[in-house]
Amino acid sequence: MLQIEDVVTTYGAVRALDGVSLDVDRATITAVLGANGAGKTTLLRTVNGLIRPRSGRIVYDGHDLVRTPVERVVRLGVAHVPEGRGVITELTVEENLRLGALWRRDRKQMATSMGEVYDLFRPLAERRDRSVDTLSGGERQMLAVGRALMSRPQLLLLDEPSLGLAPRITAQIMATLRTLRDEQSLTVVLVEQNARSALSVADQAIVLNLGRVVASGPAAELAADEKLRHAYLGF
Amino acid sequence: MFRFVNLALGGVSNGMIFAAVALSLVMIWRSTRIVNFAQGGMLMFTTFIGWDLVQVHNVNYWAALAVATLSGLILGGVSERVLVRPVENGPPLNPVIVTLGLLIALQALAGMIWGNSQSHSYPPAYDFRGYTVGSRHLFFAPNDLFIVIAVAVVVVLLYLLFQRTALGLRMRAAAFSPEVARLLGVKVGQLLTLGWAVSAAVGAIAGVLAAGTSTGYVQPTGPFDALLVYGFTAAVIGGLDSPAGAVVGGLGLGLVLSWADSYISNNIEPMYALVILVAVLMVRPNGLFARATARRV
Repeated sequence: MLQIEDVVTTYGAVRALDGVSLDVDRATITAVLGANGAGKTTLLRTVNGLIRPRSGRIVYDGHDLVRTPVERVVRLGVAHVPEGRGVITELTVEENLRLGALWRRDRKQMATSMGEVYDLFRPLAERRDRSVDTLSGGERQMLAVGRALMSRPQLLLLDEPSLGLAPRITAQIMATLRTLRDEQSLTVVLVEQNARSALSVADQAIVLNLGRVVASGPAAELAADEKLRHAYLGF
Repeated sequence: MFRFVNLALGGVSNGMIFAAVALSLVMIWRSTRIVNFAQGGMLMFTTFIGWDLVQVHNVNYWAALAVATLSGLILGGVSERVLVRPVENGPPLNPVIVTLGLLIALQALAGMIWGNSQSHSYPPAYDFRGYTVGSRHLFFAPNDLFIVIAVAVVVVLLYLLFQRTALGLRMRAAAFSPEVARLLGVKVGQLLTLGWAVSAAVGAIAGVLAAGTSTGYVQPTGPFDALLVYGFTAAVIGGLDSPAGAVVGGLGLGLVLSWADSYISNNIEPMYALVILVAVLMVRPNGLFARATARRV
């Protein structure tokens, strides 16, 4: 459903992505692993159009994403949870969620989606009229994921959901992703530094280093490769 | 005591006008982090358009107010799109210079069309002879009541727009966090243009109201420069980021200026504004209504 072919993205003279290719099938979870500065976040930002690649192709469901403005990408069914959570702290929990589905202009759908998200993340329902300022890190991450789900995406791009979270909450979010994949055929591209937890839910994985793919394959295979783990994944 | 209260009444309508100008500045600051110094020129120009209709072409007050407001809407939107957008991502000083340039350009243009030296009077909407209570004469007239109500209506409409509509939610998202808003499908560029348009329209209303007071008049430079200074002072007192702060700052400034003008002297009015500004910033460096948490940049 998503084909990334030989993508090169540069910041000035730095090649942040140096010929990255990746194929993602529907209803799978793909982990993108690697150290800081490997190009993981850049890959996600290039996919949804926040950064334009210098060369290469990105095709999603028949649409050429390289030429699609960011605002339209979400309308194609791609939701992005940015690094550092990206919830808008000046707004309330409910306002953040509404924003996720506003582009649909469909009130009934909005109410249904909101109910589903509150069912999925109970703590959010109790704090719906609170400002996001008052939420804990875990709750903010739930909100960021919940807001992305409000748009009923086909493809979810998640950037470091475990960053700064307690292991228990990380596990909960990973379990949620697995459920969504199995029950709603959601496709997930998961960028993570925490390779162990990402590999535990992923179907396939790629490892980036300095903008290049140094390994790719089924998640279980990568997790079993001791050399790779020591060299790039740190566990 | 009667005099004190009476002076307060006399300050309310000016305070409401300052509040409207402050609101127009705060709206732009919130969404683009730009202090729109051209606001004084924009509202001067739109007030001149209203004046031209009322005094030269004998159009009625309300139609002229509507046209002035509409011109503000257009002027604001076009300014954002054509002048501010290209420099927005450059160094932060560039948009400031652009708005200053626009201010000077608008003043020059108004001078070419309507003349620089002459000051023109603008008719008030209602009588500006004060109400009387018994034998006492109040510094508050039907026209002042109209100004208070008009600005209050603008404030309420803005509140409803931003807090109760989907469009307002989009505008707030675009202002607080443009990149996240774009990820959620919000067309941020269009909303910035709209934000400038609405803000300039609010300024336009303030301009017409200010011109139609007992002390108001229309001239390319002068009265509207002062209005911009007081509006800016009110906005900073309120925290520059807060619409509620803008209204409170404007009203407070109106009251204090009215008292100081009468009890001390009205020859040094801008000084009082400066003193209040410094005093408030010494106690609360981020303004009265600054958010408790520091903003992430």
